[in-house]
Amino acid sequence: MLTFLVRRIIASALLLLVASFFVYILLTYAGDPLGFLNEITDPKIREDIRLSVIDRMSLDTPRVIRYFHWLGDVVRGDFGISTRTQLSVNDELASRLPLTLKLVFGASILSTVLGVTTGIVTALRQYSGFDYIVTFFTFLFFSLPVFWVAVILKKWGGLDFNDWWRDGAKMPTWLIVTAGIFAAVIAYSIAGGRWPRRSAIAAAGGLAGAGLFLYLSEAGWFVNPGIGLAVLIPLGLALAVAATAVFAGIKNQRALGASLTTAVIGMIVYLPIQPYLDGPRFGWWHALLLLVITLAVSVGVGFAWGGYDRGLSAKVAALVGFLISFLIFVDRHLQSWNAYATDSITRNRPIKTVGHSEPRFSGKGFWIINNDAFAHMILPTLALMLISLAGYTRYTRASMLEVLNLDYIRTARAKGLTERTVVVRHGLRNALIPLATIVAFDIGGMLGGAVITETVFEWAGMGRMFIDGLGNLDPNVVMAATMVVGATAVVANILADVAYSVLDPRIRLNA
Amino acid sequence: MSTPEFPGTGPDADDLGLTELTHEQREVAGLSQGQIARRRFVRHKLAMVGLATLLAIVALAVSSIGAGPIPGWYEYQHNEMVPIQEKEGPHMSLRPTWLGGDGVQFGDHPFGVDNQNGRDLFAQTMRGVQVSLVVIVVLALLSVTLGVLIGALSGYFGGWLDQILMRVTDVILILPLLVIVAVAAFSFGWSGLWSVALALGIFSWTGLARLVRAEFLALREREFVDAARVAGASSWRIIFKHILPNTLGTIIVSTTLLMGGGILTEAALSYIGFGIQAPNVSLGSLASDYARSFNARPHLFVFPGVFIILIVLCLQFIGDGLRDAFDPRQKRIPKFKDLESKAQQVATQMVEETKAARGDLPTYGRQT
Repeated sequence: MLTFLVRRIIASALLLLVASFFVYILLTYAGDPLGFLNEITDPKIREDIRLSVIDRMSLDTPRVIRYFHWLGDVVRGDFGISTRTQLSVNDELASRLPLTLKLVFGASILSTVLGVTTGIVTALRQYSGFDYIVTFFTFLFFSLPVFWVAVILKKWGGLDFNDWWRDGAKMPTWLIVTAGIFAAVIAYSIAGGRWPRRSAIAAAGGLAGAGLFLYLSEAGWFVNPGIGLAVLIPLGLALAVAATAVFAGIKNQRALGASLTTAVIGMIVYLPIQPYLDGPRFGWWHALLLLVITLAVSVGVGFAWGGYDRGLSAKVAALVGFLISFLIFVDRHLQSWNAYATDSITRNRPIKTVGHSEPRFSGKGFWIINNDAFAHMILPTLALMLISLAGYTRYTRASMLEVLNLDYIRTARAKGLTERTVVVRHGLRNALIPLATIVAFDIGGMLGGAVITETVFEWAGMGRMFIDGLGNLDPNVVMAATMVVGATAVVANILADVAYSVLDPRIRLNA
Repeated sequence: MSTPEFPGTGPDADDLGLTELTHEQREVAGLSQGQIARRRFVRHKLAMVGLATLLAIVALAVSSIGAGPIPGWYEYQHNEMVPIQEKEGPHMSLRPTWLGGDGVQFGDHPFGVDNQNGRDLFAQTMRGVQVSLVVIVVLALLSVTLGVLIGALSGYFGGWLDQILMRVTDVILILPLLVIVAVAAFSFGWSGLWSVALALGIFSWTGLARLVRAEFLALREREFVDAARVAGASSWRIIFKHILPNTLGTIIVSTTLLMGGGILTEAALSYIGFGIQAPNVSLGSLASDYARSFNARPHLFVFPGVFIILIVLCLQFIGDGLRDAFDPRQKRIPKFKDLESKAQQVATQMVEETKAARGDLPTYGRQT
């Protein structure tokens, strides 16, 4: 394993080196990096800057030698200066990299979770209406130009949404009806059994969907959102039952007890914890601490219920604990939504289409700042997600179908295991292994996509830096962006290989 | 009608689909690989819809504004000044008069005009379709040539040649396609049709090369290759006459998908300002040039985008159909209803035949 890692790292570093040489030499042909000097009118200042830039970037040496100068600096951790601003590229990188990573990882996690779930459901209900709808949408998403979607999102999700929000956030009837029909179609396709049962489920699903939206719209939920205890209690219990049903089986009394206990503890804690959450010093560290406590308590509850399979109960309880605490976390954010949106800075235009955060919110408290970050992130993340979402759905579906047709699945069914055990334990685990590679590959693609998304939404991230640098003929800036993107992709790939070998014992990394 | 010696081998059992020769095997009996693939492809409804739509789009783009020596039937050209129109939006109408619309009509400027620059959007879009299609055809030719050659040499010969070629592939794969093409196109000042197509093609072959290499690695160990070698065939002949035809499916499928991706990359490249630029127009450059005026004049942005989506969607459908057609594991699951009625038919026929042979059988067979 260690030998493999070392070999892979060395090989990747060499590849990166060759790629950097290639890009650097290409860039030297792009044009004169000093062309911007003509914009400076004062001849003396112009000459000074010219000489200093030539000196600091060794522009007077042949291009190959210049590359090695640059490489020497990079090895020492210095990406040089920008010709245009004469500022250190390192500083710029330090401020921009976190933004891009935030965007890419947010979109990655969301699209993995959503895509994998959808993929599994479509595989289990192959050739159903839901399967066809999802397949059509994956094809459509694959065919969308990212910038085109981003521009439309900016209009519909940004400007139009804000107008709608300002005007009272009432859903029009046609939208509620459409949502109801959509929910009914999906419920019909996902539900199993014969058509009378499925129709009943579809009708219930459709009515529930339409009713929910009607209620939310009429009660002014969109203006003043939140979850509250009234929803948290049924939702929490449902989550506990669902998590048990999927991961332990509903007949496992002890696991069910453990998850229900955890859910109830969450509901009891809900009210007493609010003052603590409201506290002025609440921050990410406090949130992390709360999460750790939650997980510890849930695992404790799981063990306390005991039984022959204590580990399983603990796992399910931990999952429920995580979900409930996440709900409470989201609820607290939603409570601050109205305060954020009606603030004199936001002025009733909550969803932002430009930039990554509003600096004037600093010091207004954890929840407001997070709401602001969310409002800035939602649209670029959506734009970035669409395409990888389609990819994940397709891959998971194909992988799941392939695994479900294998011999050991037939064996598992033949020896009388429940469908849940067959699908979750034998099918799902094996189907998800190849996804490790896909996720890594996709992160590389997302970094490319971020170039576009950041341009449309004017994020000051790496992608913007790359384009601006290229447009300004600023070699060090372009090189820094390219190298970081390449290195991220390389690291993701190595991690994927390692994850693959850990997940699949048949694969040995001794090569 | 003889009694079958072994159960499930006689002609009757065969008709019932009970033999080893299964449903799909009987369907392809006596057909060549190419014929099988073609038949499957033609039966793939979605792929056929995609192909028909794509052909219609090509026909529309070529016939309307013409191409080269071919004159078009449309009044304007993409680079022709159009007088300022009172109605800037699309003149085309699809809503009939009895529904309160203007009636189904094509109009003078079906997709509307760009009053600022005095351009007709339909002519521009059609020109964009032509350019984008040329770009992806060039891209496909280039990447197929490079990808197949590199993949084949690498996979067939192995050793140091494989090492070198695969490391070159890795170097290109390490950076996002968009980034590397942007740098190349910008460095050489490429903004015309051919040069952007060239830049895209030079860097898009990597995936194909890896696929072809993998196929060659597997196929070169097969008996038919040994046979060819023993018969004295040269490496060149083995590569192109014996192995390559067997990898054709992979190549065609992945090229189709590559072409779809090519349009999207070209569009993205135009958007960040390093692709096809004015005075040339492609679908991508049109959509990106008009992206800023989306709020005020959405038609300028929407029509080119819709054509991008349509073309890529068609290519995806065709690619999907091709994949199904070339995949030997692909099974057409016969519908239960079909099997039932087929069994019914065969049973009736058997009874009739037996009756004819014996002449005195009562008609009990029909009642089941």
